[in-house]
Amino acid sequence: MTDQTSEMEVFGALQDKEPSKPPRSQWRDVWDQFRKHKGALFGGGFLLFITLGVLFGPYLWDLAPTKLDIRNKDWRPVYTLLWDSDVKAGWAHPFGTDQLGRDILSQMIHGGRVSMAVGWAAMVLSLLIGTAVGVAAGYFKRADFILMRLTDLVLSLPILPLVLLAVTLFRQPLTKFFGSPESGMFVLIVSVIALTSWMQTARIVRGDILALKEREFILAARSIGTTDGKIIRRHLLPNVISPIMVSATLGLATAIITESALSFLGVGFPSDFPTWGKLLSDAVNRMQEFPERVLLPGFLISMTVLSVNYLGDGLRDALDPRIRGR
Amino acid sequence: MLNFTIRRLILSIPTLLFISLVIFMLLQLAPGDPMAQVPLTVPPEVKQKMREALGLGAPIHVQYFKWLYQFFVVEPSVFIDFLTNKSFLFGWLPDTHFSMTIDSVTGELVQKQRVISWQTRSPVMDIVMQRMPQTLWVVGLSYVVGILIAIPIGIYSAYRHYSLFDQAGTFVTMVGFSIPPFFTGPLLIVIFSVSLGWLPSIYDTTLIVDSWATFKIQLMQMIMPVMVLALQTTAQISRYMRSAMLDNLNQDYVRTARAKGLKESVVIMVHVLRNSMIPVVTVIALGMPAIFGGAIITENVFKVNGIGQLLLTALFANDLPMVMTLTFIFAILIVLFNLIADILYGVLDPRIRYD
Repeated sequence: MTDQTSEMEVFGALQDKEPSKPPRSQWRDVWDQFRKHKGALFGGGFLLFITLGVLFGPYLWDLAPTKLDIRNKDWRPVYTLLWDSDVKAGWAHPFGTDQLGRDILSQMIHGGRVSMAVGWAAMVLSLLIGTAVGVAAGYFKRADFILMRLTDLVLSLPILPLVLLAVTLFRQPLTKFFGSPESGMFVLIVSVIALTSWMQTARIVRGDILALKEREFILAARSIGTTDGKIIRRHLLPNVISPIMVSATLGLATAIITESALSFLGVGFPSDFPTWGKLLSDAVNRMQEFPERVLLPGFLISMTVLSVNYLGDGLRDALDPRIRGR
Repeated sequence: MLNFTIRRLILSIPTLLFISLVIFMLLQLAPGDPMAQVPLTVPPEVKQKMREALGLGAPIHVQYFKWLYQFFVVEPSVFIDFLTNKSFLFGWLPDTHFSMTIDSVTGELVQKQRVISWQTRSPVMDIVMQRMPQTLWVVGLSYVVGILIAIPIGIYSAYRHYSLFDQAGTFVTMVGFSIPPFFTGPLLIVIFSVSLGWLPSIYDTTLIVDSWATFKIQLMQMIMPVMVLALQTTAQISRYMRSAMLDNLNQDYVRTARAKGLKESVVIMVHVLRNSMIPVVTVIALGMPAIFGGAIITENVFKVNGIGQLLLTALFANDLPMVMTLTFIFAILIVLFNLIADILYGVLDPRIRYD
């Protein structure tokens, strides 16, 4: 015993004087890198603000979006009072009212609920499909050929025409099936967007899984008898989480834009049901007199999508360990 | 390379057949009735006859094969006949009559049954040919303008990485990605047509350009749709260009080129640019089908009567043959340009061999 302690003292000079830094978790590193990206931080903040706004907005501003008040129609937003004190405007309707006297702020909050709900639901669904297809194709050799040919096929479909086609064709049957036009349209739009946007996720996930499954830790897991399902869940999926998150942000952005585009072309939700795209397209006819009715929803759509895109950009940098060190 | 091309061409035939089947089945599920517009005074048995005249009584597979025959045999033969009989380029060839057939009842020479639009009762391809020039002019020009703006931006922002220009360029790209055309379109109309009154907000297709004045009007009415579409193209392509340049700028061959004393302009514009163009060219090729497909939203905003607007009106009017044919033409173009992009990749990059 004594021999050993003396030996330790000899090598003591080689030890570090300072205590090494406490171990840092991976997500801490990711957060530190993410914080450096100003645009991403701003994007995440704005997205959070919009999400909370549309979630809790109706409780703060409890005017119903469909409430008609024909005497107070065509109010201008309150800021027009700054340069023109004669206009009809006031704090009762901060963003004004439309041609039927419906409050625009309330319409935008409720419209945002629908747009965000469609965006999130379509994004989650398309991620689920894409990840399932990608994992199956990457992990099981037999499924690879068929699934990837299927992905190529769907990729070569003309997407917007087909989405338009599906929405116009199945509007009535689904409305009948679900009882109300809103829920029928919601299911239809979400599933149509998801079914036409899962391919990129599937391709990326498959590529990563193909590379990962040749690594030693998978071999080790297999050699101690781990089942396929467990390897996928415990070892493979946590390793592909970062490309999935990046494509999630892209998916959210495209889903919001596609929904608004459908509403704009007049094939979206029913006419008394506000969404951002619908508000915009309804306002286009009278945009000479009331440009703010086009600008406000358009601004909201663009800012939401812009912040989601910046968030995705920041996440891509933060989750990439090669960039993170720098 | 030839081997690869031929293999891919053959492989694309089942792909296209499958796509056409998918579209056809989707349309079969459609609840709409093409007879819905016929007045109620028409008795039901007459309506039934009209339905059969449109070929709706036949079983689904018969309808599908008839459509395939019309699209792949009759329409090309009509086109060949047009080329040899009337066109300027091939008019000297002996006149052909591939699309003609002898009517079994009257014994006269009549044209074979073509794909007929239910909405206008005229051949679908004739309408497509009428609409094509507007789409090609507006969307095609916007694509060219977008590329011409995007490539210098991409080169310079990669060269001055993290500079103010790069930051601004990245921001503009992000904005171009994020602002949908159904917002930029009305926004431009509000600014330039309503407030300033400089540009017309509606695209006049009947305008015939035969003098300097009409040319100016044509130019004025094209500015806004072209700019809306070019913003999107610029955003996409400058992003690819920038990242491709960044990948190449740190390569060893660039250091070698600089070390042997080449001018900086030669290093960037010859060595790096040529290598960076490889992925960009394929991206440009992949975007080409969208030109022919038209821009459904932008054409709708500016009232350009191109292909995209044709598809939209056909959809609303339940004109199934038109929708089917248009969607399938888009699918052919997508498959074709995918193939072209793959081949270009192999041709431009000697490191890639498909054999």
